[in-house]
Amino acid sequence: MLPGDHRPMLQRSFVFMLLTGFALVTAAPLLIAAAPYESTMGLIQKIFYFHVPSWIAMFTAITVCGVASVRYLATRSRSADRLAVSAAELTVVFGLIGLLTGPLWGRKAWGHYWQWDAKLTTALVLWLIFVSYNLLRRFGGPGSERLAAGVALFGMANVPFVYWSAHIWRTVHPKTSVVMTLGPGMRPAFYWSAFGFLLIFGALLGARTRLEALRASIDEAYLSAEDI
Amino acid sequence: MYAQSPAAPPPASTAPPAQDEFVPISELPADEKLPAAPLLIAAYAVVWIVLAVYVWTLWKRFLRAEQDLKQLAGRLPPAR
Repeated sequence: MLPGDHRPMLQRSFVFMLLTGFALVTAAPLLIAAAPYESTMGLIQKIFYFHVPSWIAMFTAITVCGVASVRYLATRSRSADRLAVSAAELTVVFGLIGLLTGPLWGRKAWGHYWQWDAKLTTALVLWLIFVSYNLLRRFGGPGSERLAAGVALFGMANVPFVYWSAHIWRTVHPKTSVVMTLGPGMRPAFYWSAFGFLLIFGALLGARTRLEALRASIDEAYLSAEDI
Repeated sequence: MYAQSPAAPPPASTAPPAQDEFVPISELPADEKLPAAPLLIAAYAVVWIVLAVYVWTLWKRFLRAEQDLKQLAGRLPPAR
C-alpha cells in the first residue's frame, strides 16, 4: 500500500478534531458562565472548568502511553510504539495547559503564582518526565524506543503520587475529592468541559498516531525505492 | 559585670499595627484587591493558544509528509 492511501482518513480526523474544538469553544463558556459562584473564591474558581479537565486529559494520555509502552516492550509491536509516542506528546500539551492555568488561579486564591508544595512539585516532575520522553525520542537515535518505553513506565508509576499528594501531605492545593462533591449547578459545566477535553484528546491522538504511521510508511517506501 | 539599665521604651515603628482579626474581602482597600476576570480570561486564552499552536505544528508535519510523498512518487517506477 502506498502511503498516500492514508490521506482521506487524515482529512476526516482533522474535520472531526476541528468540529469538537468548535463545539467546546462555543458552548463551554456559556455553561461555565451559568454555573454558580463558589462561596469563598468567587469568579476565579471558574478556572477549575479548564484546569481540572486538562489534567484529566493528561492522566488519560499517560495511561495510554504507559499501557502502549508495556505492549511494545512485551511484543515489539510498532503500532504500540506509535501510539505511545503520540500519547507522550499529548501528555506534554495537556500538562502545559494545567501547569499554566493553575498558577493563574493560585495568584488570586493563594496570593502566589507558584508554591513548591507536594502537589505542584510532583505534577511538575511528572510533566518533566514526559518532556524527557519526547526529547529522548527526538534526539535519542536508533534504539531509543525501548529506553523511552521504560521512561513512560516510570512516568505512569508517578501518577498515583501526584493524584494522592494533596491527601497524604499538607499542601495548599485542594484535595481531588472536590470533584466528587461539586454542587449540582456546577456539574453540567464541568462534565461538558471534561468531555470536550477528552474528545479533543481523542481526535488529536488519532491524528498524531496516523501521522506517525504515515511517516513510517514513507520511510519504508523510501527504502524499497532505493532497492529498485 | 554590667549594671542593668532601666527598661528602655520600644523604638517607634512605622509599620502598621498587627492585625489579629478577619477582614472580609469586600472591605479590603482597593490597592489590595486583585481582579479575577483578567486571570480567568488569561487561563481561557492559554487553553486555546496551546491547542492552536499544537494543531498548527501537527498540520505543518502533515504537509511535510505530503511533500515527501510527492518526492517519493517521482522516484518510483510507473505502475504497469
